[in-house]
Amino acid sequence: MGDTNLDLNAEREARFVDISGVHKLFGSGKSRYHALAGVDLRIAKGEFVSIIGHSGCGKSTLLNLVAGLNLPTTGTVAVNGKEVNAPGLDRAVVFQSHSLLPWLTVLENVQVAVDSVYPDRNKQFRLEEARKYVEMVHLGKHANKKPPELSGGMKQRVGIARAFAANPQVLLLDEPFGALDALTRGSMQDELTSIWEKNRKTVMMITHDVDEAVFLSDRIVLMSNGPAAVIAKVVEVPIPRPRTREALLEDSHYLEIRKELLHYLIGASSHGSVSAAA
Amino acid sequence: MKTEKQTPMGKGPASGIPEIPEPEKAGGRGHQVVAERPKPMITNLKTVETKMKASQPAKPPAQLPPPSEDAEKAARMRDRARTFIMPVLALAFIGLFWEIYSSRTGVVLPGPLKTIHDSWNLIAHPWFDHGPNDKGLGWQLLSSLQRVAIGYSLAAVVGIFLGIVIGKSAMAFKALDPIFQVLRTIPPLAWLPISLATFNQANPSAIFVIFVTAVWPIIINTSVGIMRIPADYENVARVYQLTGSRYFFKVMLPSAAPYIFTGLRISIGMAWLAIVAAEMLTGGVGIGFFIWDSWNSSRMSDILVSVCYVGLIGLTLDRIVAKIASLFGTKGE
Repeated sequence: MGDTNLDLNAEREARFVDISGVHKLFGSGKSRYHALAGVDLRIAKGEFVSIIGHSGCGKSTLLNLVAGLNLPTTGTVAVNGKEVNAPGLDRAVVFQSHSLLPWLTVLENVQVAVDSVYPDRNKQFRLEEARKYVEMVHLGKHANKKPPELSGGMKQRVGIARAFAANPQVLLLDEPFGALDALTRGSMQDELTSIWEKNRKTVMMITHDVDEAVFLSDRIVLMSNGPAAVIAKVVEVPIPRPRTREALLEDSHYLEIRKELLHYLIGASSHGSVSAAA
Repeated sequence: MKTEKQTPMGKGPASGIPEIPEPEKAGGRGHQVVAERPKPMITNLKTVETKMKASQPAKPPAQLPPPSEDAEKAARMRDRARTFIMPVLALAFIGLFWEIYSSRTGVVLPGPLKTIHDSWNLIAHPWFDHGPNDKGLGWQLLSSLQRVAIGYSLAAVVGIFLGIVIGKSAMAFKALDPIFQVLRTIPPLAWLPISLATFNQANPSAIFVIFVTAVWPIIINTSVGIMRIPADYENVARVYQLTGSRYFFKVMLPSAAPYIFTGLRISIGMAWLAIVAAEMLTGGVGIGFFIWDSWNSSRMSDILVSVCYVGLIGLTLDRIVAKIASLFGTKGE
């Protein structure tokens, strides 16, 4: 009996995020667009998975389906055994365009998530909880500033703090560092790995940066070009953790995986531009 | 992000007759629509100016000789002096031409000097009170302002409420928008006989005319503001479960505030336009009736003085709403 329970548990953890047979169509009639054509993907609990592909290949569509912001036309998306049919705090999103509410301070933006998680706790507790996450992304000094006063990197850190403050089971990152300059992006990636090492959330990240994907992920999912995108290839990243940028450069896997990814992206881009080699 | 539909980039709430986008095209409804945040029409030019001044370097680089600071200061002073002197000069010129025109024989319109001379009593004593039919200009303006305040406040409350309803509900929009589009084109005074017949009294009728004049721009701008809440903010609200009053106060109201204030600002001007006309017909104490009464007793100079006051009060009202708007409405990016 115990063994079967254990198996069931293991089974559920192995398919913590379970996307099966998902098609997504937008619009109708002539303007109908077939974005995803049969996507199957399983993400285990505590796994960091990146999805990489050319612009317009439907990566963000896939993420929005897991977030519950959109629903699949056919097929199912389930998280922790429950079918996704609406957005929820168990699936926090870090948006591409940071999407902070500009009339709230940094602290208030983070507290928005905390207030939703703990509607019954007192004000003091919620404030301290929000402050904890602001400190986590090293923005303690800027807690009372409003987003327009922050730099791009700082804004995205607030977005990350807000997502963690929701205490989600799955963290969904939609090209979180896409709008940042290369230096800021590097330090943000370092920060994200160090936060992730501490709590090992299940992460699904959309990116078009090959190095970012290799540095952060356990597995990398390559998507074919849209319309009617499918998963073209899944690449394991067997580089031991914790990873550092310097160690990465000497890792034999790293160069191999990087080459494989770039090769695929360039090969698949005969009718699209390459934005991968960042 | 995948764009399901593209939002047509509107011009923001237009002055006077803002266009209402079709609900299919409007930003707020489809949650995946990537909509850029349109800028509100009326930007506060004053604020922009001050900001530009503030962004200038406070001190010139150390190598530069100190006189440059004086020169800059002098230039600023000159600029400020021009801001005051030019309108005064323009006014003096207009006054001069007016005086020359009026001094010709056969012209009924009194010149500025004669106006001031004839109506000095009115200008110098705004608060005299010789019974209900003979009050100073201050009292006349005050009672007009009171009517505007009541009618406008009602319009603001009802307008924002209805704007939110039709901005949020596609059904309500479809049902009510065509009706509103017809009603808003009816001239304010056309409502007066209807409201006199309904209320049987002058004062509520005048207030109703103010209400019915002021309410449309508020409804229309509010609904546009609600429909154009950026998809990003809607997504944040959905993912982080901002519902009910938290959604209302943290997402909807701040996001639509610039539009709402644009509506409020258009409306205050229209309300003030309407009150003067309405009072001419309803009588009693009020600047509108005072002007009409002066006309009937051929006191041209009194009319001119009143008209100046009407203009100045109208400007003041507009500036007050603009000031409130700059405090609340333009906190966005």
